Amino acid sequence: MSQFVKFTIDTIECMATRGQYLVDAARENGIFIPTLCNYPGVKPKGSCRICTVKVNGKLMTACTTPVAEGMNVENESAEINDLRKSIIELLFVEGNHFCPACEKSGSCELQALAYRFKMLVPRFPFQFPYRSVDASHPKIIKDHNRCILCKRCIRAITDDSGRSIFAYRKRGIGVEVVVDPKLGKQLTDELAQKAMDICPVGSILVKEKGFNVPIGARRYDKSPIGSDIESMQISKI
Amino acid sequence: MKTGVQKIVEKYGKDKTRLMDILIDVQTEYGYIPHEITVQIAEDLGMSEVDVDQTISFYHFFSQKPTGKYHIFLNNSAVANMMGRAEVAHTFMKELGIRFGEVTSDGLVGLFDTSCIGMNDQEPAAIINNQIFTRLTPFRVKEIVRDIREGKSIHDMVVADYGDGQNSSDLIKSVVANNIRKIGPILERNFKPGQVIEKITKMTPEQVIDEVKKSNMRGRGGAGFPTGMKWEFCRNAAGPKKYIFCNADEGEPGTFKDRVILTERARLLFEGMVIAGYAVGADEGILYLRHEYKYLQAYLESILKVAREANYLGKNILGKKGFNFDIRIQFGAGAYVCGEESALIESAEGKRGEPRDRPPFPVEKGYLDMPTVVNNVETLCAVVKVVLNGGDWYKSFGTTESTGTKLLSVSGDCKFPGVYEVVWGFSVNDILDMVGAHAEDVQAVQVGGPSGAIIGPNEFNRILGYEDLATGGSLIIIGHNRDILSDIVLNFMEFFIDESCGSCSTCRILPTLLRNKLLKILDARGVKQDIDDIVAWGKILKASRCGLGQTAANPMLSSLKNFRHLYEKKIQKNKEYDSGFDLGQAVKESCEATGRVPNF
Ligand SMILES: Cc1cc2nc3c(=O)[nH]c(=O)nc-3n(C[C@H](O)[C@H](O)[C@H](O)COP(=O)(O)O)c2cc1C
Ligand code: SF4
Ligand code: SF4
Ligand code: FES
Repeated sequence: MSQFVKFTIDTIECMATRGQYLVDAARENGIFIPTLCNYPGVKPKGSCRICTVKVNGKLMTACTTPVAEGMNVENESAEINDLRKSIIELLFVEGNHFCPACEKSGSCELQALAYRFKMLVPRFPFQFPYRSVDASHPKIIKDHNRCILCKRCIRAITDDSGRSIFAYRKRGIGVEVVVDPKLGKQLTDELAQKAMDICPVGSILVKEKGFNVPIGARRYDKSPIGSDIESMQISKI
Repeated sequence: MKTGVQKIVEKYGKDKTRLMDILIDVQTEYGYIPHEITVQIAEDLGMSEVDVDQTISFYHFFSQKPTGKYHIFLNNSAVANMMGRAEVAHTFMKELGIRFGEVTSDGLVGLFDTSCIGMNDQEPAAIINNQIFTRLTPFRVKEIVRDIREGKSIHDMVVADYGDGQNSSDLIKSVVANNIRKIGPILERNFKPGQVIEKITKMTPEQVIDEVKKSNMRGRGGAGFPTGMKWEFCRNAAGPKKYIFCNADEGEPGTFKDRVILTERARLLFEGMVIAGYAVGADEGILYLRHEYKYLQAYLESILKVAREANYLGKNILGKKGFNFDIRIQFGAGAYVCGEESALIESAEGKRGEPRDRPPFPVEKGYLDMPTVVNNVETLCAVVKVVLNGGDWYKSFGTTESTGTKLLSVSGDCKFPGVYEVVWGFSVNDILDMVGAHAEDVQAVQVGGPSGAIIGPNEFNRILGYEDLATGGSLIIIGHNRDILSDIVLNFMEFFIDESCGSCSTCRILPTLLRNKLLKILDARGVKQDIDDIVAWGKILKASRCGLGQTAANPMLSSLKNFRHLYEKKIQKNKEYDSGFDLGQAVKESCEATGRVPNF
């Protein structure tokens, strides 16, 4: 078996290493597939569904699906784009996202995707749920209002013996991501910063410093989300 | 308390993957899982507190608050409501002086709702301290509450005759009735335990798989995957160890045929698991049994014991060297989604029942990452008969695409609710005749539970089978006196809201938004746009990870397709927009607090 496979995304011919996940394979071919719960180097768990594509006509998540020879992937169609937009809207109405007051504003992946998909007013009614802010841990603040329950922190951050520091609680619409009372206290500065960086939104914030990055230098101030990947393709052509 | 917990943890070899068993034992012993025990379990297993907590908080039957010495779980499925649950619930509340979700102040009784408990043919029903109480009436509720106050044991509270068949055996002693109404080739008793195990010792595993493939039988758990093919994939997958799971989670509201098989044909089922083990090269089988059926535990264990004594289970089965297989029972703890095969595996590993991403499929990477076959109870029973009589024999029943027979669970507005084994190819009309429901009295039939479809009389000539109306076997018959939208559709939407695992954004959020649309329409505040929204939003759910989310809009989408007039009747004709916002309701709380009366 060859190490490489050929496949197409929106009829563009692509090549990738066998077994690579579709999002990564697409990126290497200069094609952006939006992600939220996925994070480089962390085992995928298709939970946000934003990376949904059609593989040979079937809805699949690109972050969990390995490429295979001859796959036909639909990524930028009107149908898929509207599906993604609706998922972003769902995440906005599910929580309480007051962007202007949020420290991650400008560097937030949810916000950046909302711009990319030109979200104005969500089609769904805001739920305005009652959610709390947990500031009981010495190094971090966990603001449940902004959590999109993507599980990045859960999957990426454990202590030395593999115990969870962040975890889900309950199920369904009641799910929340909580911090272990004991391990949360022992969180090092380094892990606290890692947690904040890994969180796509402003749900994990490091305490005792704030708004470190000035407006203008934030992650998406100059280049919108996905533009780095897409510029690769343009230069290829 | 400390040593008690230690003992429980040690009983399961301090094995993290047995967390479910540990928690079930703690819950049984203490009536809830106190915080300090959570901390201790975490310590003993080398986990963090939130690791344990995320499993506990996932399952309906685990509680972090005391649930009372007697804990009553009253089924709230649609059929329970049809059969008079409201008065029963009301009487419980009145007699106990508490609401649902509460415990009496003396800590004696807790009262809770629960999703379908697999007793739709004998509703209203409840589970009290793991025992089942069926056909409840307000009078019976008063008796039960009186008995509880007198401190009677659960067994002494049973006053009616025990149910038929094994239900009255010493190890079950339950009032549950089997209601087997029609027996076919699978349920027929023409089989001697051990007979087919004996037969396969003279066959190669490949020959067994070939016979199953030849029968064209498909899984009976709903998805309809060809059984022989599944076994072959697993046999060919690489792995030092393989597992057979029997999926006895039976959580789809309206389904109860697996419960009847477990009660009356457990030997047949276990034999099917042994055959599957032999065919794929697995030496361990796990029966994943829903917690609602805990009352069958002692009985099923006793059957396993007898099978071990007869060497139908164990080492070198019936003298065949290297043919080893044994079965253990793994209980769930109340989560419909655990019926999804990968969620079931996660749960059996002691975790939250969250479905996995596929690929990889369980046959490649399942329980403890080993190749695993998950089959439905009925599938594993049918396989025994296939191997006994041959694939060609099996194919002689049913249609080309849908070979063999199907066990139906029939409930709702009919004379003879119960379990029927029919050959595939029956029409809905045939079924209605069979179960004592006159087509003209029937408004609708819900085929395949909430995730299936609700159909009206113009479709009663449709044929049950994979070609047309596929079903895991549940049929709920709905008479003319029912309000489809408020009695059925709303109930099913609430079911999906309660049972979503919550990991997909779509399935976590949308069912609630859709339910709210329905409430708005029922509240006479709906407009045409709401109907259009339901259709458009329902499609988004298709992007969910598992079948639960993918079908969670079906109650609304299928009723909208087949009973659109019911929606149209309720929406406002002369209005294009209505926010559904109720100012009076919104300020009610603050008005009450301040003692003011709104003036608008
Ligand atoms: C939400 C959900 C619930 C399910 N519940 C059950 C169940 O209770 N019993 C069952 O056998 N299959 C259930 N299934 C189907 C299983 O995932 C799986 O397909 C089946 O157990 C395979 O067995 P079979 O091949 O014998 O049909 C469920 C699927 C989903 C998506
Ligand atoms: S805290 Fe952040 S990283 Fe963790 S689940 Fe919530 S949104 Fe995701
Ligand atoms: S579809 Fe629903 S139940 Fe299934 S994995 Fe997603 S959130 Fe969980
Ligand atoms: S990025 Fe793939 S599902 Fe979230």
